[in-house]
Amino acid sequence: MPASVAHTSAPTSHHYTTLGLDSRKVAIWAFIGSECMLFVSLISTYLIYKGRSIVGPFPHETWTDPATGHVFKPILNIPVTSASTFVLLMSSLFMVLALAAVQNKEKPKHTRGERVLGNSKLWLWMTASAGATFLGFQAFEFTSFVHEGLSIRTNLFGSSFFTLTGFHGAHVTAGVIWLVTLLAIDYRRGLGSKDSLLVDIAALYWHFVDVIWIVIFTLVYLIK
Amino acid sequence: MATTARPAPKHSPDAYGEHSGLWSWLSTVDHKRIGVLYLYTALFFFMFGGVEAIIIRAQLGAPNQHLVSAEFYNQLFTMHGTTMIFLAIMPLSAAFFNFLIPLQIGARDVAFPRLNAFSYWVYLFGGIFITIPILFAVAPNDGWFGYAPLTTRAYSPGINIDFWVIGLLILGVSSLAAAFNFLTTIINLRAPGMTLMRMPMFTWMAFIVQVLLVLAFPVITIALVFLLFDRFFGTNFYNTVSAGADPLLWQHLFWIFGHPEVYILVLPAFGLVSEVLPTYSKKPLFGYPVMVYSGILIAVLGFGVWAHHMFAVGMGPIADTFFGLTTMLIAIPTGVKIFNWIATMAQGSIRYTTAMLFGIGLVALFTIGGISGIMHASPPADLQQTDTYFIVAHFHYVLFGGSIMGIFGGIYHYFPKITGRLMDEKLGKIHFWLTVVAMNLTFFPMHFSGMLGMPRRIYTYDAGQGWDLFNAMSTAGAMIFPIAMLVFIYNFFVSRKRGEIAGSNPWGAGTLEWTIPSPPPEYNFAKIPTVTSRYPLWEGKGIDYECARINSQEGKTPADLGIVMPYSTIKPLFVALGLVTMFCGLIFARALIGVGAALMIFSLYSWLLSPLEPEHH
Repeated sequence: MPASVAHTSAPTSHHYTTLGLDSRKVAIWAFIGSECMLFVSLISTYLIYKGRSIVGPFPHETWTDPATGHVFKPILNIPVTSASTFVLLMSSLFMVLALAAVQNKEKPKHTRGERVLGNSKLWLWMTASAGATFLGFQAFEFTSFVHEGLSIRTNLFGSSFFTLTGFHGAHVTAGVIWLVTLLAIDYRRGLGSKDSLLVDIAALYWHFVDVIWIVIFTLVYLIK
Repeated sequence: MATTARPAPKHSPDAYGEHSGLWSWLSTVDHKRIGVLYLYTALFFFMFGGVEAIIIRAQLGAPNQHLVSAEFYNQLFTMHGTTMIFLAIMPLSAAFFNFLIPLQIGARDVAFPRLNAFSYWVYLFGGIFITIPILFAVAPNDGWFGYAPLTTRAYSPGINIDFWVIGLLILGVSSLAAAFNFLTTIINLRAPGMTLMRMPMFTWMAFIVQVLLVLAFPVITIALVFLLFDRFFGTNFYNTVSAGADPLLWQHLFWIFGHPEVYILVLPAFGLVSEVLPTYSKKPLFGYPVMVYSGILIAVLGFGVWAHHMFAVGMGPIADTFFGLTTMLIAIPTGVKIFNWIATMAQGSIRYTTAMLFGIGLVALFTIGGISGIMHASPPADLQQTDTYFIVAHFHYVLFGGSIMGIFGGIYHYFPKITGRLMDEKLGKIHFWLTVVAMNLTFFPMHFSGMLGMPRRIYTYDAGQGWDLFNAMSTAGAMIFPIAMLVFIYNFFVSRKRGEIAGSNPWGAGTLEWTIPSPPPEYNFAKIPTVTSRYPLWEGKGIDYECARINSQEGKTPADLGIVMPYSTIKPLFVALGLVTMFCGLIFARALIGVGAALMIFSLYSWLLSPLEPEHH
């Protein structure tokens, strides 16, 4: 693998294309279109099943188990998830800075500020770390739900909630792996402006995953 | 331009010679060879699904027969539908997408040659995965639509449905990867001057189909993931008994995918016929822009009609009315296409070649299926017809009379471009007429048995209900299909070896793929042409004769011309193998999940970090 990394140089877009764009850029948009339908299906199912669970725990209401008399509090922890949402949103800002740093790699840097902004490794690290932090929050959320008595098998809410947010988490995981791969290339041979397409398509994916989270956060957590 | 015998050119039909051998096929990234792989594999599965159909018809030939058990009968009809839709018709279309799209738009390959190989290998392995169980009588047995909650573990405890769920998830990966690839190819690799409104109609229909695939397949993927989770991890998506799940959730998700899927199956055939009819009528396609718009309209409306598969579940008068009306609306753009094809033929100088006969066959037979479709677009009529053989008759006229007739027309039309040799016309016509007789004798009587109340999916029936004669006729018709297919297969393989040399444009067609040698050199176009009209070979104006001369040269290697070709690579095959191994792990041994994932991730990284083609300057 190390030998082949060196070959992963500039996108070979010397070929003629109709739009003048690299085909990978067109494909990532088609992919994002398809992913929209994936999440639309998941989110619709969540909404259809909202309020239809026969037993608790419920997302926003307390529930008393008639058999044991145990009282389950509303299970969603909005302050904690707001914090993780903030971290994920910040990661999009870091992603923008990472792309800008790669695009402007060859421009001379004079001030300390310019050098910090032009440090692609820093911003890729920040983006990946923010993504990993979000995943940490999600792991914490999932385990605490299970301890409180909500698993993927408990009720319709549990099934649709864990599947929807789990699918999103899997997308974030894939994104973090993608970013770490870019970082590895950056450490190995340095990402330059000729590589900006590689970062650009990763960024499009990352922003998409972020936007989907805003929709999920609003529909699942904020609207009661 | 009648075909005359001529000496074999240097770039002869056997010119794949230098790239022959098993390894070259396993590692190919050439869209034309991948197209050929799709063609052979899909024809194999088409015959496999055909054998299943013949056993079904043998069982139903007379009342109270017990050739197969009720359980095995369920497996037969489930796998017949699944095989024909996902393993035969869609990949036969994919064979044409692969072979033709780059040639019709003036490109050297698809946008992502290695992804293209990956799509094929996933299809092959997924197809084997879902087909093997029937050999051991443990095949999926709940119908190709797999209605949950019937398919949940509570009601289908065996591994039968596990194969179905996982098999379709695997095949979905193949379809989606191919769709992103072709969509990007059509958007971004058109030759200079190949504007959207100059694209050949097949490429247009292919374009629309890729959009449908990209938008419809994620929905079935999620429906299948829910079912997988229900079966393996005990979730409640379809658990109507103890968790209060909605019994219609699966049906809605499935048919939001399932109805666009119908157009995914038939639009490629419409595209092929739109190439065939103008060629043998010596007239440009009538109403080209309207054909484009009607195709788009069919695709858009196709997402708004899904619940017409569900009139019997009692959705209420408003939903029934809405979906009845949208279904009737979709007949308008479809009817426009039929009339445009007829107008294309009108006053043309028609040559009744085999391809043309199949093309006319599509126009005639698809129309019958279309008309019966309008009949059950009306909910009250549908309540009488649903789940009867009338529906079976309807969709076989649409899928056999539409898709398969169009695909056979396409095979006869493009065989010379693929192999460099012509198929035998006399045998071709025998194949055509046997197919038409078999098709109508099998499926037309089903309209009557259905109207007389014969339900679908019953493994046998009592005498004296008025169904005996019609079933005997259907069975007699079904027995003609194998004869027709034998004629076709014989013709196919003999012509491939000994057919008349075709030359670059044996039919006198007008589009770009006919300007280059048959079979095309691996780089397709020595010089990327500049396109100035819809039928460059017919309209002639502004044709670049120097470019045409260069492109018709035979026997040049890419090195002679300074063209950079992608490396062949086995890596996409290994990624596909890893993916399918991972899924197999769910059924056989959990350890396989880790092995498959490791193989997939390692091969994927190796693929992504190695260059597509040599550096060029």
